[in-house]
Amino acid sequence: MATSAQPISTASDAATAGEAQLRRRKINWGTTGRIIGVVIVTFIALAPFYWTIITSIKDSLEVVASPPTLVPHSFTLQSYISDFGGGSSFFTRDLLNSFIVAIITTALCVVLGSLCAYAIARMRFFGKSATLAIILAVTMFPIIVLVGPLFVVFTNLGIYNTYAALIIPDLVFTLPLTVWFLTSFFRDLPADLEEAALVDGDTRLGAFRHVIVPLAAPGVFTTAILAFIYTWNDFLFGLTMTSDPNGAQTVTVAITLFGGQFTIPWGQIAAAAVIVTIPLVIMVLIFQRRIVSGLTAGAVKG
Amino acid sequence: MLPYGLVAPVLIVILLVAIFPIIDAIRLSLLDNPLLPSGSDFVGLRNYIQVIGDPQFQGSIFWTIAFSAISVALELILGLLIALLINASFPGRGLVRAAILIPWAFPTIVSGRIWQLMYNDQTGIVTYILQGVHILRPGSTLLQTNWGILVATVITDVWKTTPFMALLILAGLQVISADLYEAAAVDGSNRWQSFWMITLPLLKNSLLIALLFRALDAIRVFDLFYILAGNQVQTMATYSYNKMFTGTTFDFAPGIAASVILAIFATVVAMLFVVWMGGISRQE
Repeated sequence: MATSAQPISTASDAATAGEAQLRRRKINWGTTGRIIGVVIVTFIALAPFYWTIITSIKDSLEVVASPPTLVPHSFTLQSYISDFGGGSSFFTRDLLNSFIVAIITTALCVVLGSLCAYAIARMRFFGKSATLAIILAVTMFPIIVLVGPLFVVFTNLGIYNTYAALIIPDLVFTLPLTVWFLTSFFRDLPADLEEAALVDGDTRLGAFRHVIVPLAAPGVFTTAILAFIYTWNDFLFGLTMTSDPNGAQTVTVAITLFGGQFTIPWGQIAAAAVIVTIPLVIMVLIFQRRIVSGLTAGAVKG
Repeated sequence: MLPYGLVAPVLIVILLVAIFPIIDAIRLSLLDNPLLPSGSDFVGLRNYIQVIGDPQFQGSIFWTIAFSAISVALELILGLLIALLINASFPGRGLVRAAILIPWAFPTIVSGRIWQLMYNDQTGIVTYILQGVHILRPGSTLLQTNWGILVATVITDVWKTTPFMALLILAGLQVISADLYEAAAVDGSNRWQSFWMITLPLLKNSLLIALLFRALDAIRVFDLFYILAGNQVQTMATYSYNKMFTGTTFDFAPGIAASVILAIFATVVAMLFVVWMGGISRQE
């Protein structure tokens, strides 16, 4: 904490000592305020997740108890068991669908996106800035406008209600982001190494494969995580491009379908929310630093 | 030719799955009933006139703007505060960053479900607290009135999206050199003055970009209103969806027309932003 006061030590000794003391007291105040603020922010960020977890393990009576219990008195996995079996067997299938769709979309994105981003970051060609502008504009567009036409086309092609009807539109919002993130990663890599490879007689694609790919692996990995999260979180295309809970429907849609005629199974809904978010929480905890650097990569350099 | 070969696959996908459908949406919105082979008659702007005259659509414009303005303003202010808060080294900083990233990583629809667990009258801790402090009458919840639904969706959106905003702003903050603050401190300026004279001006571009992204994201809000509002309060996006998929086939083309209006609205907002940002950078 004292380090921040160090550079200002050119004034007379007495003044410096007094100033430093004053500064230290001020900074301590600031630190206390900061800790309180950070605790509040962390609490608000995590409290809803805590509430969901405890709702998912309470028994059916305690779930609707009034006043609500902040620490569960009962513990049961009944809600989880009901999610995976019983009257709502579509949940397991839809969970699997989400994994399949997210993994295929991510793989396609990473392959196509890295080629495109490499060209934009490293090569000169006519229409480069137009390409980037189009790609960026697409991410901002209201996706609902694509839904009607794609619904008509997919129905005519006979792929409505299949994985293809989800993977193809999911590419629309994941590909631009992939290209955007990867372009900024590739720009940060030293160009000398590739030139050396080219001088050594490697082809352009050879240089890409032997030099860029290994160096960019961390960036590509980060992008893959982001693409997976974005695809996993899609709801609109899942809702409109599938109609069969036991078909290609994804888990974000499944979670809206829980509900009885007379009672709402809150415990089951909470358990489903925990299951859907657990892969994301694990990813965030492990790859927090990478995700933050990926998200902010394009934004700072503009 | 190599660069074109590398860029082509992405451009083809975007052309086929984004650009073509956008043009096709305009075509479909001018037809009678695209879902019937016999209904593909050109009807001009009839669907647009029908939608614009619909009080429900007019309401959806109001709620879309209200939601966007309030949520984006709150997210910008809170995001800036949180960014300033965590822009220092303190023990457990990585954990805090991970904690605030968790809401961001959740699917929006699941965030809606999670907050629904807290808003409803059977399991709702938020409802219980609000009834306890007499903001809500006994037996009532936030989700029963239009403005209550707006408050509920704004809270959920702020909870989910502010971390992203904070991290974008934090990235901008970390680029600002510490020397500037030291120089200002030597010149006798206090923290508040440094914030106004150094932080804000240098952060302006990051803030404007974050603002643009969030505003365009808020205008197309769908998931939160789908799960929290029933059909009581519609945004332009949920209105379009409801027309297209929950009405009769005769509502399909008007639904597409509504989505095209939303797209035009978003484009206008984006262009105003670009002009505004251009104006600001020219002043410098």
